[in-house]
Parts: sequence; C-alpha cells; structure tokens
Amino acid sequence: MSIVAGFDVGSLSTKAVIIKNNKLAGSAIIKSGPKPVESANKVMKKLLDETGLLQTDIQASVGTGYGREKISFIDKAVSEISCHAKGAQWFVPSARTIIDIGGQDCKVIKLDKDGNIKKFITNDKCASGTGRFLDVMAKVMNIDVSELGKLSQKSTKPISFASICTVWAQADVIKHINSRRPAEDICAGINVAMANRVSMLTNVIKVENDICMTGGVAKNSGVVKALSSILGCRIKKIKKTDPQLVGAIGAALFAQEYR
Amino acid sequence: MKTAGCDIGSRTAKAVIFENNTIISSAVIPAKLDPIESSETVIKMALDQANLTMADIEKTVGTGYGQQEIPFANCLESEIVCHAKGAWWNIPSARMVIDIGGQDSKAIKMDENGKVVRYTYNDKCASGTGRFLEIMADALHVELDDMGKVGKTYKEQLHISNQCVIFAETEVVSLINEEKDVADILNALHISLANRVASLARSLTIAPDVIMTGGVAKNSGVFDALSEGIGLPVKALEGIDPQINGALGAAIIASEL
Repeated sequence: MSIVAGFDVGSLSTKAVIIKNNKLAGSAIIKSGPKPVESANKVMKKLLDETGLLQTDIQASVGTGYGREKISFIDKAVSEISCHAKGAQWFVPSARTIIDIGGQDCKVIKLDKDGNIKKFITNDKCASGTGRFLDVMAKVMNIDVSELGKLSQKSTKPISFASICTVWAQADVIKHINSRRPAEDICAGINVAMANRVSMLTNVIKVENDICMTGGVAKNSGVVKALSSILGCRIKKIKKTDPQLVGAIGAALFAQEYR
Repeated sequence: MKTAGCDIGSRTAKAVIFENNTIISSAVIPAKLDPIESSETVIKMALDQANLTMADIEKTVGTGYGQQEIPFANCLESEIVCHAKGAWWNIPSARMVIDIGGQDSKAIKMDENGKVVRYTYNDKCASGTGRFLEIMADALHVELDDMGKVGKTYKEQLHISNQCVIFAETEVVSLINEEKDVADILNALHISLANRVASLARSLTIAPDVIMTGGVAKNSGVFDALSEGIGLPVKALEGIDPQINGALGAAIIASEL
C-alpha cells in the first residue's frame, strides 16, 4: 500500500492531493494566506479531514510552488515546471506541450518524446495572460470568474481590446458596459484577449501536439476555445480531475517515486 | 502673430496661446469622452483667459493622442516633436526630454537646435505612466496632488518588487495590512515608477540637460527619484506647468509655419 501526498502552494490558492496505490484518493484547495507554511498546514489539515487519514499514514510528500522549501513536513521540494509536466502526462500521456495558467502566472512547457522537459517559458511579471486578468474583468462585470466561459458561449461578436495591459483592458470593459454591449460579447472578448496574451508565449516556444492545459484557467471553456483557435490545434482537456490540481498531483507522483 | 497649440491626451486636454515668443495663456482640463469637445472646451478656456477669440489666432497646431479630432487645427504634429520643441524653447541646453503622461511615457533626444534625434516610448504597459499613480492614490486613500509631498516624509526605505501595476497594487495592499506607513509606501512607489521610466530612457544615451515634462513631473517624489534613476540631475521647465509642454511646443511650431 502506497499513500503519498503532493502540495502546490500558489500565490492565490494552495492545493493538496493524496495518491493511494497510484490512484487519486483525495484533494483539497484553499485560498492561500500571506505565509506559505501556514497555507500548507491548513490545506494538509483539510485534506486529512476529508480523507479520514492521519499525517502518519502519509509515507512521503513532495511540495511545489512558491515557498515550497519552507514547508517543514515535506520530504522534497520540486519545481512547478516539473510537477505540472509530471501531472499532465499522467492524464494525457501523449502530451508534448503543457500550457499552465495559474492565478498570477502562465507557463508553457515543452516535452520531448520521452516526457522530459525540453523547454519552458514563464510570465510572472505581467498580470495580462494570468488568472488575475480574468479576475479583474469578472469583477468589473460583476460576475464570478467561473461564469466567464459559460456566458461567452452565445457571443457572435466579441469585443476587441486596443491593448493587452490589464489596466487598459479594464477601462475598455467599463466603456463597453456603458455602451451596453451584450454581456456575452464582452465575456467572449475577455477570453480572446486572454488567449492572445498567452499566445505571445506560445509564439516563442512553438507548440507541438498533443497540447493540454492545466491550472485554474483551464476550467474556462471560452479561453480554451479561443486559444485552440489561435494555435490552430485541438487542446486536450484534462477530464478526470480539476485541472487546478495538476501541479499537486505531479508533486504526489514524485513522492510516489521518492518513497 | 498669435498662434495656438492644442494637445489632446487620453486623460487631459491642454491648450497654449503664444505670441512674440511668449506664452499668453494656457489651460488644462480633464479629457471628455468626445475629443472634439475636449479640444473646443480647452481652447475656449485658454482664449477666454487672454480675452481673445479663435478669429485672433492665425495658426493652430494640434498634437496628442486625439489630434485627428481637433477641428480647428491647421496642421498636426507628433507629440515627440512638440515635447522636444517646448522643452528646448524653455531651456536651450536641453538635450533630452522625459515625459510621463497619463497613459504613456516617452524619452526624447534632441540636438542643439531642439531637433529630435531619437526617441522611445511606452504606451502599452500602464507601469511607468500617470495611471500607476492614480491607482496607488486610490489604494492608499491619498489625493494624487499630495502624493509627492507626503512621500517626502518617509522614514523606512521599502521596496516594491512588482513592476506590473496590478501586482504592485496587491503588494501595496499587503504593506497596508502590515501597517506600513503611507509615506514609506508612497516613497517606494515613486522610486518604482521612476525606475521604470529611467529604464526606458536608458535605452537611449542619456546626456544633460534632461528635462522632465508631463503631469507626473509635478510629483516631487517621482521627479527626484528619476534623477537618481538616470544618474543625472533632472531639470524642471522654468516657470511653466510641465503638463502644458506638448501644447506649448505645438504653439511654437505654429509660429514657425
């Protein structure tokens, strides 16, 4: 019997999973606090409560994300790039490109035919093309960010933005709301703008099939659709789990090997 | 001959009336939704101040983001050329202008005749623009016009690590929650903004005299931090609101037509 845990401490959300005998046995997501160690402890407690396990049941655990080195109860810290690559391939073994869009950053990872990391590029400097962009726009629209995908489905004429900067785009959205553009067109425009910004990274790294998306933004069908259209490729969905957990799952898989 | 310069920016509109190598009057207003309305309102304000009408003006040059919409402009000129002209007219030893406006920033190099030699600008990223200060003023509940003065009273040297305005705002909120002093936060923000623009300017070869123009020049914190950032003392326009520099340059160009 193998019971391992993986932790992914992000700037906005902290994720944890248990993998038992190579199967996902439980997960937890919480909002990150200012101190990564506290976030890790909190999500660990939630995970144990949900699975009914004790900390002593966990044979090995790996941490990733911001502040991973500071988490006292993990056995090893592994980079987010490695964990996302590992986790994505568990669900999509044919994955050669992984586009991970998190709360405050975006990464594009390319793998070779053996699943090793070949190249990667990250944006963690500009809010545009990260979950933050969507959060800002959703707030202006007075909707939950999780509705952006669904609401955009009926759009026939997405709004366009003069600039990729989140600040200027926010002002544009306000203008469009005041001009009474339909909500679906504004939402669709937001999703397209997001995808356009992400494509600036994929242009540098040149995607290869199969492509999959991880991170919370992968749950926005509008962004997935727009990105797929820009790349001219189908994006394989990670269906069996919340894509936001892929980093933590990768960490747990590393723990399984470590054990 | 009386001439006029009209600078329609994204956040403010400016007008200058010029005659005999002297500024007769000037006006600055917040930009209206319609740039035509902005231009007509601001020019009227400047004309009223000088007890003149449009009929008294022989030539008008328009500039700025909304220049195409100025109905009374005889010709248009780029902001780059206008800013160089205005600063050089005021300070003939000027060889570089660093202009930080509401939604962009520019660095312009001139020769000894005020002619533009090279330039660079940022109008894509809100970082390094007046908007950065507006957003932070909101976050800190400080009036935009007080930021410079308050920032000067700082005691602790803080550091804002994010250049992106959105991420920097979150950093500011964290600092507020850590009960850091507003003056200390403002000082760090001024340095951050100045460094971003200094970086832009450094892509050109910086040579004195460097003049700072645009509304943000009125923030003494940013002004001083910019000098630090470029490693040279920055000069202010003499006796002129730095915000009207573009319109001034336009009016001077009109007088040379």
